[in-house]
Amino acid sequence: MYGVLERLGLRRSKLQLFFGRKKSAKRRLTQQVADLTGAPGVKLTARPEVLLGIAGKDFVILAASKAAMRGPTVLKAEDDKTRQLNKHTLMAFSGESGDTVQFAEYIQANAALYSMRNDTELSPSAVANFVRGELARSLRSRSPYTVNLLLGGIDPVNEKPHLYWVDYLASLAPLPYAAHGYAQYYCLSILDKHHHPDCSFEEGLALLTLCTDELKRRLPIDYKGMLVKVVTKDGVREVPVDNDKVVRSA
Amino acid sequence: MSNPFDINGGACVAMVGKDCVAIACDLRLGMQSLTISNNFPKIFNYAPSTYLGLTGLATDVNTVSDLFRYKVNMYRLREERDIAPQTFANLVSSSLYEKRFGPYFVSPVLAGINPTTGKPFICGFDSIGCIDFAKDFIVSGTASDQLFGTCEGLWEPNLAPEDLFETISQALLSAVDRDALSGWGAQVYIIEKDKVTQRLLKGRQD
Repeated sequence: MYGVLERLGLRRSKLQLFFGRKKSAKRRLTQQVADLTGAPGVKLTARPEVLLGIAGKDFVILAASKAAMRGPTVLKAEDDKTRQLNKHTLMAFSGESGDTVQFAEYIQANAALYSMRNDTELSPSAVANFVRGELARSLRSRSPYTVNLLLGGIDPVNEKPHLYWVDYLASLAPLPYAAHGYAQYYCLSILDKHHHPDCSFEEGLALLTLCTDELKRRLPIDYKGMLVKVVTKDGVREVPVDNDKVVRSA
Repeated sequence: MSNPFDINGGACVAMVGKDCVAIACDLRLGMQSLTISNNFPKIFNYAPSTYLGLTGLATDVNTVSDLFRYKVNMYRLREERDIAPQTFANLVSSSLYEKRFGPYFVSPVLAGINPTTGKPFICGFDSIGCIDFAKDFIVSGTASDQLFGTCEGLWEPNLAPEDLFETISQALLSAVDRDALSGWGAQVYIIEKDKVTQRLLKGRQD
Protein backbone atom coordinates (compact mmCIF):
# COMPACT_ATOMS: atom_id res chain seq x y z
CA MET A 1 0.00 0.00 0.00
CA TYR A 2 2.75 2.42 0.99
CA GLY A 3 4.78 1.82 -2.17
CA VAL A 4 2.27 3.52 -4.46
CA LEU A 5 1.66 6.45 -2.14
CA GLU A 6 5.37 6.91 -1.51
CA ARG A 7 5.89 7.16 -5.22
CA LEU A 8 3.51 10.08 -5.13
CA GLY A 9 6.03 11.83 -2.92
CA LEU A 10 4.41 11.19 0.47
CA ARG A 11 6.66 10.06 3.28
CA ARG A 12 5.99 6.76 5.01
CA SER A 13 6.14 8.32 8.47
CA LYS A 14 3.41 10.75 7.48
CA LEU A 15 1.35 7.95 5.90
CA GLN A 16 1.70 5.85 9.01
CA LEU A 17 0.35 8.73 11.02
CA PHE A 18 -2.62 8.79 8.67
CA PHE A 19 -3.24 5.07 8.39
CA GLY A 20 -1.99 4.19 11.86
CA ARG A 21 1.24 2.35 12.53
CA LYS A 22 1.57 -1.39 12.84
CA LYS A 23 1.76 -2.25 16.52
CA SER A 24 5.08 -4.01 16.05
CA ALA A 25 6.61 -1.14 14.09
CA LYS A 26 8.50 0.37 17.02
CA ARG A 27 10.89 2.85 15.50
CA ARG A 28 14.28 3.32 17.06
CA LEU A 29 16.75 6.02 16.15
CA THR A 30 18.93 3.46 14.36
CA GLN A 31 16.00 2.88 12.07
CA GLN A 32 15.25 6.57 11.76
CA VAL A 33 18.83 7.41 10.84
CA ALA A 34 18.79 4.55 8.36
CA ASP A 35 15.50 5.79 6.95
CA LEU A 36 16.79 9.31 6.66
CA THR A 37 20.20 8.49 5.23
CA GLY A 38 19.50 5.38 3.17
CA ALA A 39 17.89 5.33 -0.22
CA PRO A 40 14.98 7.62 0.74
CA GLY A 41 17.47 9.99 2.37
CA VAL A 42 19.08 10.73 -0.97
CA LYS A 43 15.84 12.50 -1.76
CA LEU A 44 16.38 14.68 1.27
CA THR A 45 20.08 15.51 1.00
CA ALA A 46 19.72 16.20 -2.68
CA ARG A 47 16.43 18.08 -2.87
CA PRO A 48 16.02 20.55 -5.69
CA GLU A 49 16.39 23.38 -3.20
CA VAL A 50 19.43 25.61 -3.09
CA LEU A 51 20.89 27.10 0.08
CA LEU A 52 24.19 28.97 0.00
CA GLY A 53 26.12 30.85 2.67
CA ILE A 54 29.29 32.92 2.36
CA ALA A 55 31.04 34.64 5.25
CA GLY A 56 33.49 37.45 4.49
CA LYS A 57 35.42 40.18 6.29
CA ASP A 58 32.45 41.91 7.97
CA PHE A 59 29.35 40.27 6.48
CA VAL A 60 27.54 37.00 5.87
CA ILE A 61 25.59 36.39 2.67
CA LEU A 62 22.75 33.86 2.75
CA ALA A 63 21.05 32.90 -0.49
CA ALA A 64 18.07 30.60 -1.00
CA SER A 65 16.23 29.47 -4.13
CA LYS A 66 12.82 31.11 -4.60
CA ALA A 67 10.88 28.06 -5.81
CA ALA A 68 8.55 26.25 -3.39
CA MET A 69 8.17 22.81 -4.88
CA ARG A 70 6.01 19.76 -4.25
CA GLY A 71 7.26 16.87 -6.35
CA PRO A 72 7.81 18.20 -9.87
CA THR A 73 5.33 21.08 -9.42
CA VAL A 74 6.36 24.61 -8.56
CA LEU A 75 3.75 25.87 -6.10
CA LYS A 76 5.29 29.29 -5.62
CA ALA A 77 8.03 31.21 -7.40
CA GLU A 78 8.61 33.94 -4.79
CA ASP A 79 9.13 31.81 -1.68
CA ASP A 80 11.25 33.21 1.16
CA LYS A 81 13.17 30.37 2.82
CA THR A 82 14.73 32.67 5.44
CA ARG A 83 13.70 34.01 8.84
CA GLN A 84 15.39 36.79 10.81
CA LEU A 85 16.04 35.59 14.38
CA ASN A 86 17.28 38.84 15.89
CA LYS A 87 18.90 42.08 14.76
CA HIS A 88 22.00 40.43 13.32
CA THR A 89 21.17 36.75 12.93
CA LEU A 90 19.48 35.23 9.90
CA MET A 91 18.48 31.63 9.28
CA ALA A 92 17.90 29.94 5.92
CA PHE A 93 16.19 26.56 5.76
CA SER A 94 15.29 23.71 3.42
CA GLY A 95 13.81 20.25 3.83
CA GLU A 96 10.41 18.66 4.36
CA SER A 97 7.81 21.32 3.59
CA GLY A 98 5.73 22.08 6.65
CA ASP A 99 8.54 21.10 8.99
CA THR A 100 10.73 23.92 7.70
CA VAL A 101 8.51 26.91 8.41
CA GLN A 102 7.13 25.37 11.59
CA PHE A 103 10.62 24.83 13.01
CA ALA A 104 12.01 28.16 11.78
CA GLU A 105 9.17 30.16 13.33
CA TYR A 106 9.45 28.22 16.59
CA ILE A 107 13.13 29.23 16.75
CA GLN A 108 12.31 32.78 15.70
CA ALA A 109 9.71 33.10 18.47
CA ASN A 110 12.06 31.74 21.13
CA ALA A 111 14.89 34.04 20.03
CA ALA A 112 12.47 36.98 20.25
CA LEU A 113 11.29 35.83 23.69
CA TYR A 114 14.89 35.72 24.92
CA SER A 115 15.57 39.22 23.60
CA MET A 116 12.45 40.60 25.33
CA ARG A 117 13.10 38.87 28.67
CA ASN A 118 16.78 39.77 28.93
CA ASP A 119 16.98 43.05 26.99
CA THR A 120 19.95 41.57 25.15
CA GLU A 121 20.35 39.60 22.00
CA LEU A 122 21.77 36.11 21.74
CA SER A 123 25.08 35.99 19.88
CA PRO A 124 25.14 33.97 16.65
CA SER A 125 27.00 31.12 18.38
CA ALA A 126 24.42 31.06 21.18
CA VAL A 127 21.57 30.97 18.66
CA ALA A 128 23.32 28.21 16.70
CA ASN A 129 23.76 26.06 19.77
CA PHE A 130 20.15 26.65 20.83
CA VAL A 131 18.89 25.67 17.37
CA ARG A 132 21.09 22.58 17.38
CA GLY A 133 19.84 21.58 20.81
CA GLU A 134 16.20 21.87 19.74
CA LEU A 135 16.82 19.92 16.53
CA ALA A 136 18.78 17.24 18.40
CA ARG A 137 15.95 16.88 20.91
CA SER A 138 13.46 16.54 18.08
CA LEU A 139 15.68 13.95 16.32
CA ARG A 140 15.10 11.45 19.13
CA SER A 141 11.37 12.13 19.33
CA ARG A 142 8.62 10.17 17.56
CA SER A 143 8.40 12.63 14.68
CA PRO A 144 11.63 14.54 14.10
CA TYR A 145 11.87 17.75 12.07
CA THR A 146 13.64 17.08 8.76
CA VAL A 147 15.14 20.51 8.27
CA ASN A 148 18.53 21.62 6.99
CA LEU A 149 19.71 25.04 8.12
CA LEU A 150 22.28 27.73 7.51
CA LEU A 151 22.72 30.35 10.23
CA GLY A 152 24.49 33.58 9.46
CA GLY A 153 25.20 36.36 11.90
CA ILE A 154 27.48 39.08 13.13
CA ASP A 155 28.59 38.94 16.75
CA PRO A 156 27.33 42.27 18.16
CA VAL A 157 30.30 42.51 20.57
CA ASN A 158 33.32 42.07 18.31
CA GLU A 159 31.47 42.48 14.98
CA LYS A 160 32.96 39.23 13.64
CA PRO A 161 30.93 37.25 11.05
CA HIS A 162 29.74 33.73 11.86
CA LEU A 163 28.25 31.11 9.58
CA TYR A 164 26.90 27.80 10.88
CA TRP A 165 25.89 24.71 8.93
CA VAL A 166 23.27 22.49 10.57
CA ASP A 167 21.80 19.39 8.94
CA TYR A 168 18.60 17.49 9.76
CA LEU A 169 20.55 15.18 12.11
CA ALA A 170 21.49 18.32 14.10
CA SER A 171 25.20 18.18 13.28
CA LEU A 172 26.60 21.66 13.79
CA ALA A 173 29.68 22.99 12.00
CA PRO A 174 31.03 26.54 11.90
CA LEU A 175 32.25 27.23 8.36
CA PRO A 176 33.60 30.04 6.17
CA TYR A 177 31.17 29.04 3.38
CA ALA A 178 28.44 26.42 3.25
CA ALA A 179 25.71 24.89 1.11
CA HIS A 180 22.75 22.55 1.36
CA GLY A 181 20.95 20.48 -1.25
CA TYR A 182 22.20 20.15 -4.82
CA ALA A 183 24.22 23.33 -4.40
CA GLN A 184 26.73 21.32 -2.34
CA TYR A 185 27.78 19.26 -5.33
CA TYR A 186 28.06 22.19 -7.74
CA CYS A 187 29.22 25.08 -5.57
CA LEU A 188 31.52 23.81 -2.82
CA SER A 189 34.40 23.22 -5.22
CA ILE A 190 33.99 26.72 -6.66
CA LEU A 191 33.98 28.18 -3.15
CA ASP A 192 37.01 26.04 -2.20
CA LYS A 193 38.93 27.64 -5.04
CA HIS A 194 37.84 31.26 -4.83
CA HIS A 195 36.82 32.05 -1.26
CA HIS A 196 39.11 33.79 1.18
CA PRO A 197 38.08 34.65 4.75
CA ASP A 198 38.60 38.42 4.56
CA CYS A 199 36.90 39.02 1.22
CA SER A 200 34.90 42.22 0.73
CA PHE A 201 31.12 42.32 0.20
CA GLU A 202 31.56 42.96 -3.53
CA GLU A 203 33.89 39.96 -3.80
CA GLY A 204 31.36 37.91 -1.86
CA LEU A 205 28.58 38.80 -4.29
CA ALA A 206 30.84 38.04 -7.25
CA LEU A 207 31.55 34.65 -5.66
CA LEU A 208 27.83 34.04 -5.25
CA THR A 209 27.26 34.89 -8.92
CA LEU A 210 29.94 32.38 -9.85
CA CYS A 211 27.99 29.76 -7.89
CA THR A 212 24.52 30.62 -9.23
CA ASP A 213 25.89 30.73 -12.80
CA GLU A 214 27.18 27.18 -12.36
CA LEU A 215 23.81 26.08 -10.97
CA LYS A 216 22.03 27.62 -13.97
CA ARG A 217 24.53 25.91 -16.26
CA ARG A 218 24.42 22.44 -14.69
CA LEU A 219 21.12 21.98 -12.83
CA PRO A 220 18.39 20.63 -15.10
CA ILE A 221 15.66 22.25 -13.01
CA ASP A 222 14.56 25.86 -12.74
CA TYR A 223 14.77 26.90 -9.10
CA LYS A 224 13.22 30.30 -9.94
CA GLY A 225 16.25 32.40 -9.04
CA MET A 226 17.82 33.25 -5.72
CA LEU A 227 16.71 35.40 -2.82
CA VAL A 228 19.87 36.98 -1.44
CA LYS A 229 20.16 38.52 2.01
CA VAL A 230 23.18 39.91 3.78
CA VAL A 231 23.90 40.33 7.49
CA THR A 232 26.21 43.17 8.51
CA LYS A 233 26.75 45.00 11.80
CA ASP A 234 23.85 47.27 10.80
CA GLY A 235 21.41 44.37 10.51
CA VAL A 236 19.84 42.28 7.77
CA ARG A 237 18.98 43.54 4.31
CA GLU A 238 17.92 42.01 1.03
CA VAL A 239 20.30 42.38 -1.88
CA PRO A 240 18.78 42.93 -5.32
CA VAL A 241 20.18 40.41 -7.78
CA ASP A 242 19.61 39.89 -11.48
CA ASN A 243 17.97 36.48 -11.71
CA ASP A 244 17.12 36.82 -15.40
CA LYS A 245 20.71 36.62 -16.56
CA VAL A 246 21.01 33.86 -19.14
CA VAL A 247 23.92 31.49 -18.69
CA ARG A 248 24.88 29.48 -21.74
CA SER A 249 25.49 25.81 -21.01
CA ALA A 250 29.03 24.63 -21.57
CA MET B 1 26.47 2.80 4.29
CA SER B 2 23.61 3.78 6.56
CA ASN B 3 25.54 2.70 9.65
CA PRO B 4 25.30 5.81 11.84
CA PHE B 5 28.93 5.37 12.96
CA ASP B 6 30.15 5.75 9.35
CA ILE B 7 28.08 8.67 8.06
CA ASN B 8 30.28 11.57 9.13
CA GLY B 9 33.65 9.81 9.40
CA GLY B 10 36.53 10.56 11.76
CA ALA B 11 39.30 8.91 13.73
CA CYS B 12 40.73 9.15 17.22
CA VAL B 13 43.63 7.52 19.05
CA ALA B 14 45.17 7.67 22.55
CA MET B 15 48.54 6.35 23.72
CA VAL B 16 50.44 5.92 26.98
CA GLY B 17 54.06 7.04 27.36
CA LYS B 18 56.45 7.43 30.28
CA ASP B 19 54.67 9.74 32.77
CA CYS B 20 52.67 11.14 29.87
CA VAL B 21 49.73 10.34 27.61
CA ALA B 22 48.79 11.51 24.14
CA ILE B 23 45.45 11.79 22.36
CA ALA B 24 44.93 12.73 18.73
CA CYS B 25 42.05 13.08 16.28
CA ASP B 26 41.51 13.98 12.64
CA LEU B 27 39.61 17.11 11.55
CA ARG B 28 37.18 15.90 8.89
CA LEU B 29 33.39 16.22 9.01
CA GLY B 30 31.58 14.66 6.08
CA MET B 31 28.26 13.38 4.85
CA GLN B 32 29.09 10.04 3.28
CA SER B 33 31.71 10.89 0.63
CA LEU B 34 31.09 14.65 0.64
CA THR B 35 33.34 16.68 2.94
CA ILE B 36 31.49 19.42 4.81
CA SER B 37 34.26 20.77 7.03
CA ASN B 38 37.98 20.28 7.43
CA ASN B 39 38.10 21.91 10.84
CA PHE B 40 35.96 19.74 13.09
CA PRO B 41 38.02 18.74 16.16
CA LYS B 42 36.78 15.70 18.08
CA ILE B 43 38.79 16.08 21.32
CA PHE B 44 37.28 17.93 24.26
CA ASN B 45 38.84 19.08 27.52
CA TYR B 46 37.09 18.33 30.82
CA ALA B 47 39.78 18.96 33.47
CA PRO B 48 43.36 20.34 33.34
CA SER B 49 44.73 16.92 32.34
CA THR B 50 41.62 15.01 31.22
CA TYR B 51 40.66 14.85 27.53
CA LEU B 52 37.89 12.96 25.76
CA GLY B 53 37.88 12.11 22.05
CA LEU B 54 34.51 11.40 20.42
CA THR B 55 34.10 9.76 17.02
CA GLY B 56 30.91 8.57 15.37
CA LEU B 57 27.72 10.39 14.37
CA ALA B 58 28.54 14.13 14.40
CA THR B 59 25.25 15.15 16.00
CA ASP B 60 26.01 12.82 18.91
CA VAL B 61 29.61 14.06 19.10
CA ASN B 62 28.06 17.50 19.65
CA THR B 63 25.36 16.27 22.04
CA VAL B 64 27.63 14.06 24.15
CA SER B 65 30.43 16.63 24.41
CA ASP B 66 27.89 19.25 25.56
CA LEU B 67 26.33 16.78 28.02
CA PHE B 68 29.68 15.98 29.64
CA ARG B 69 30.62 19.65 29.82
CA TYR B 70 27.43 20.16 31.84
CA LYS B 71 27.99 17.09 34.04
CA VAL B 72 31.66 17.89 34.73
CA ASN B 73 30.83 21.53 35.55
CA MET B 74 28.20 20.33 38.04
CA TYR B 75 30.72 17.87 39.51
CA ARG B 76 33.27 20.67 39.94
CA LEU B 77 30.74 22.90 41.71
CA ARG B 78 29.60 20.09 44.03
CA GLU B 79 33.03 18.68 44.86
CA GLU B 80 35.07 21.89 44.55
CA ARG B 81 37.81 20.01 42.69
CA ASP B 82 38.54 18.80 39.18
CA ILE B 83 37.35 15.39 38.08
CA ALA B 84 39.96 12.59 37.93
CA PRO B 85 40.25 10.61 34.70
CA GLN B 86 39.19 7.36 36.42
CA THR B 87 36.10 9.03 37.88
CA PHE B 88 35.32 10.61 34.51
CA ALA B 89 35.62 7.18 32.85
CA ASN B 90 32.93 5.84 35.17
CA LEU B 91 30.77 8.92 34.52
CA VAL B 92 31.09 8.38 30.75
CA SER B 93 30.31 4.68 31.12
CA SER B 94 27.19 5.14 33.24
CA SER B 95 25.93 8.09 31.15
CA LEU B 96 26.21 6.05 27.95
CA TYR B 97 24.55 3.00 29.52
CA GLU B 98 21.59 5.17 30.55
CA LYS B 99 20.79 5.17 26.82
CA ARG B 100 21.20 1.38 26.51
CA PHE B 101 18.19 0.91 24.23
CA GLY B 102 18.63 4.05 22.12
CA PRO B 103 22.32 4.79 22.32
CA TYR B 104 24.41 7.78 21.30
CA PHE B 105 26.31 6.64 18.22
CA VAL B 106 29.76 7.56 19.52
CA SER B 107 32.94 5.67 20.43
CA PRO B 108 34.68 7.74 23.11
CA VAL B 109 38.40 7.63 23.91
CA LEU B 110 39.66 9.03 27.19
CA ALA B 111 43.21 10.14 28.05
CA GLY B 112 44.47 11.83 31.18
CA ILE B 113 46.85 11.92 34.10
CA ASN B 114 45.51 11.32 37.58
CA PRO B 115 46.06 14.59 39.47
CA THR B 116 46.78 12.85 42.82
CA THR B 117 48.88 9.83 41.79
CA GLY B 118 50.41 11.37 38.65
CA LYS B 119 49.83 8.08 36.80
CA PRO B 120 48.85 8.11 33.11
CA PHE B 121 45.41 6.70 32.28
CA ILE B 122 43.72 5.86 29.00
CA CYS B 123 40.59 3.93 28.16
CA GLY B 124 38.01 3.51 25.42
CA PHE B 125 34.28 2.81 25.38
CA ASP B 126 31.71 1.30 23.07
CA SER B 127 28.52 3.25 22.37
CA ILE B 128 26.71 1.75 25.40
CA GLY B 129 29.50 2.43 27.89
CA CYS B 130 31.51 -0.78 28.17
CA ILE B 131 34.99 0.37 29.29
CA ASP B 132 38.07 -0.95 27.54
CA PHE B 133 41.08 -0.39 29.82
CA ALA B 134 44.39 -0.54 27.99
CA LYS B 135 48.03 -0.26 28.99
CA ASP B 136 49.23 0.72 25.51
CA PHE B 137 46.79 2.45 23.12
CA ILE B 138 43.10 2.92 22.28
CA VAL B 139 41.70 3.56 18.82
CA SER B 140 38.26 4.54 17.50
CA GLY B 141 36.47 5.83 14.43
CA THR B 142 36.14 4.83 10.77
CA ALA B 143 39.92 4.33 10.53
CA SER B 144 40.10 2.11 13.62
CA ASP B 145 41.19 -0.98 11.66
CA GLN B 146 44.06 0.95 10.12
CA LEU B 147 44.90 2.55 13.49
CA PHE B 148 45.20 -0.88 15.14
CA GLY B 149 47.80 -1.78 12.52
CA THR B 150 49.86 1.42 12.71
CA CYS B 151 49.74 1.57 16.52
CA GLU B 152 50.70 -2.11 16.83
CA GLY B 153 53.66 -1.41 14.57
CA LEU B 154 54.88 1.92 15.96
CA TRP B 155 54.07 1.96 19.68
CA GLU B 156 56.60 0.85 22.29
CA PRO B 157 56.57 1.14 26.08
CA ASN B 158 57.98 4.11 28.06
CA LEU B 159 58.14 6.70 25.29
CA ALA B 160 59.21 10.21 26.32
CA PRO B 161 56.73 13.03 25.50
CA GLU B 162 58.47 14.12 22.27
CA ASP B 163 58.84 10.53 21.05
CA LEU B 164 55.24 9.80 21.97
CA PHE B 165 54.16 12.82 19.90
CA GLU B 166 56.08 11.50 16.89
CA THR B 167 54.64 8.00 17.35
CA ILE B 168 50.99 9.02 17.74
CA SER B 169 51.22 11.53 14.87
CA GLN B 170 52.76 9.03 12.44
CA ALA B 171 50.27 6.35 13.52
CA LEU B 172 47.27 8.64 12.96
CA LEU B 173 48.45 10.23 9.71
CA SER B 174 49.38 6.86 8.19
CA ALA B 175 46.04 5.36 9.23
CA VAL B 176 43.80 8.16 7.93
CA ASP B 177 45.57 8.18 4.56
CA ARG B 178 44.13 4.68 4.06
CA ASP B 179 40.60 5.78 5.04
CA ALA B 180 38.44 7.86 2.74
CA LEU B 181 36.16 9.07 5.54
CA SER B 182 38.79 10.60 7.83
CA GLY B 183 41.87 12.77 7.60
CA TRP B 184 42.20 16.38 6.43
CA GLY B 185 44.64 17.36 9.16
CA ALA B 186 44.92 16.33 12.78
CA GLN B 187 45.02 17.68 16.30
CA VAL B 188 47.41 16.18 18.87
CA TYR B 189 47.52 16.70 22.63
CA ILE B 190 50.55 15.61 24.66
CA ILE B 191 49.58 15.53 28.35
CA GLU B 192 52.26 15.60 31.04
CA LYS B 193 51.81 16.07 34.81
CA ASP B 194 51.65 19.88 34.78
CA LYS B 195 51.87 20.64 31.09
CA VAL B 196 49.70 20.08 28.03
CA THR B 197 50.98 20.70 24.51
CA GLN B 198 48.49 21.04 21.67
CA ARG B 199 49.74 20.69 18.11
CA LEU B 200 47.94 21.01 14.78
CA LEU B 201 49.12 18.70 12.01
CA LYS B 202 48.48 19.73 8.43
CA GLY B 203 48.32 16.25 6.86
CA ARG B 204 47.19 15.48 3.33
CA GLN B 205 44.49 17.87 2.12
CA ASP B 206 42.77 15.43 -0.23
